[in-house]
Amino acid sequence: MSLAFQAEGLVKRFGKTTALAGIDLAAEQGSVLGVLGPNGAGKTTAVRILATLLRPDSGRATVGGHDVVKDAGAVRRLIGLTGQYASVDEDLTGTQNLVLIGELLDLRRRDAKVRAAELLEWFDLTEAANRPAKTYSGGMRRRLDLAASLVGRPAVIYLDEPTTGLDPAKREDMWGVVRSLVGDGSTVLLTTQYLDEADALADEISVIDHGKVIAHGTPAQLKQIAGGQTILVRPTDPARLAEVGGILSAVAQREPESPGRGVLTVPIDDDRAFPTVVRRIEEAGIGVMELSLRLPSLDEVFFTLTGKPATADDDEKVAA
Amino acid sequence: MTTTIERTTAPVTESGLSGPPPARTFRVARHSLALARRSLIKTLRTPEQLLDVTLQPVMFVVIFVYLLGGAISGSQTVYLKYLLPAIMVQSVMFASVATGLSLNTDVKKGVFDRFRSLPIARSAPLVGSVLGDLTRFVVSIAVLLGFGYAIGFRIGTDPLSALAACLLVIFFASAITWVFVLLGVIMREPGAVQGTAFLVLFPLTFGTNMMVPTDTLPGWLQAWVKINPVSDVMDAARALLTGGPVGDTVTRSLLWSVGIIVVFAPLAVRFYRRRV
Repeated sequence: MSLAFQAEGLVKRFGKTTALAGIDLAAEQGSVLGVLGPNGAGKTTAVRILATLLRPDSGRATVGGHDVVKDAGAVRRLIGLTGQYASVDEDLTGTQNLVLIGELLDLRRRDAKVRAAELLEWFDLTEAANRPAKTYSGGMRRRLDLAASLVGRPAVIYLDEPTTGLDPAKREDMWGVVRSLVGDGSTVLLTTQYLDEADALADEISVIDHGKVIAHGTPAQLKQIAGGQTILVRPTDPARLAEVGGILSAVAQREPESPGRGVLTVPIDDDRAFPTVVRRIEEAGIGVMELSLRLPSLDEVFFTLTGKPATADDDEKVAA
Repeated sequence: MTTTIERTTAPVTESGLSGPPPARTFRVARHSLALARRSLIKTLRTPEQLLDVTLQPVMFVVIFVYLLGGAISGSQTVYLKYLLPAIMVQSVMFASVATGLSLNTDVKKGVFDRFRSLPIARSAPLVGSVLGDLTRFVVSIAVLLGFGYAIGFRIGTDPLSALAACLLVIFFASAITWVFVLLGVIMREPGAVQGTAFLVLFPLTFGTNMMVPTDTLPGWLQAWVKINPVSDVMDAARALLTGGPVGDTVTRSLLWSVGIIVVFAPLAVRFYRRRV
């Protein structure tokens, strides 16, 4: 497989603060790289360098094999950027915004209009097409912004916190869009503060904190870093809870916990533990309502990696 | 803890943009025009932005002609004939500040990030703004001539000369616009742009023969008025609109305009490229 983009050892300082302290990022073509980190971790700075909007102080980055500094023009022909704050022109209508981008991408005016209508339709903005963008709701603006970044059918799409501030239903919609973009063969770099979002969308995740990658891997690999798995059992008959507890402690060699009424959980280290538990519960003839093997959440992963919760304070800035 | 991926780099297919890019010069012109249309749409959508270029010159004419005209020329009609072509120059120069102001606020907005991430010339957004705001000059001149006509101003030459006067004034104003585009790109706050712009504009517009003939001024001021290019443009506009010798004022105005563009436009683009 070949890489759609690659950054090596990116360093960027703003005055005394170091936004990026030597960061490596890469994604294979047609995949989603999730860049996960709290506010001020350097996510946006990394995206801006990959989008040719900032020059790195050191290190290098390429998109489609083109250097983002030396060959910025070629890179710009490959990318689409959707920023953290919707970057559409408030005074222009939805159509006018998209047609303008189309014309700047050398589409003929007629083709630009066709493409604009197509995208507005896809993003459910056809009815609002002829209204100025300043009359749009937050979610509509985000969608228009994403549409604007897709006018040129970019091979690489940067989505910088595309769902920050959106309500849950709108987030799901946005996730659907990301999945269909990848389905069409685009490569996506997605930055997010939401662990479930990275988990839901990304093929690989780079966790960054204070301008450095502190972990990289698939969502499943990252979850393993945070420690073993947990078995959860809820017997149909609460009276048989003690029997279940006996089985669990025998298999896991430790005492199960009860996080709620009628439920027992126990952490396990051995891959064979779960089938054993299933077999013994069956042998004992205990009916279960719920029986699962749970991976740790990415919140727990982040806590393990950094020693602090993933949601850092908003006013916490990049470390000097 | 970072796992490494095997790294091989191959070009990504350019799926969106088929074919080679068209010739560069035409692209810059086309992109600039597309962006000029954007500025025009913005102006039309918020016509109150045109208040400064319409009411302000009218106010100046009223103040100068009726307040001072009698004292200066002995006749308000005679003074109107002397003053109006010069006010025309002054008002388009004042109008040109707005381009720098709107760029200053625009550059900070996300939409300029988008422009910067597109494969277009760095100069296109700036050229587009300057071209788009030419409308403001046209509106300003039209209102001023209309109002002048209503209170007794008459073109003393022929329509062609009058048109030439308007075009010359617009060309000069678009050159001056680049000064404010530069300020707009360099400075951090719109307030700073405005303040600096007026520091530049007052000596340039009032330090001329706009209100009274040069020979009535003290020597040191005469020296400034004579080297001030705005005096040439005002003289040229006066000659083309009301008659009298044109002399080399038109040539000098054109040369100044070209000179200002040649110096300030590349500077503005240069600072814009650096600003991120």
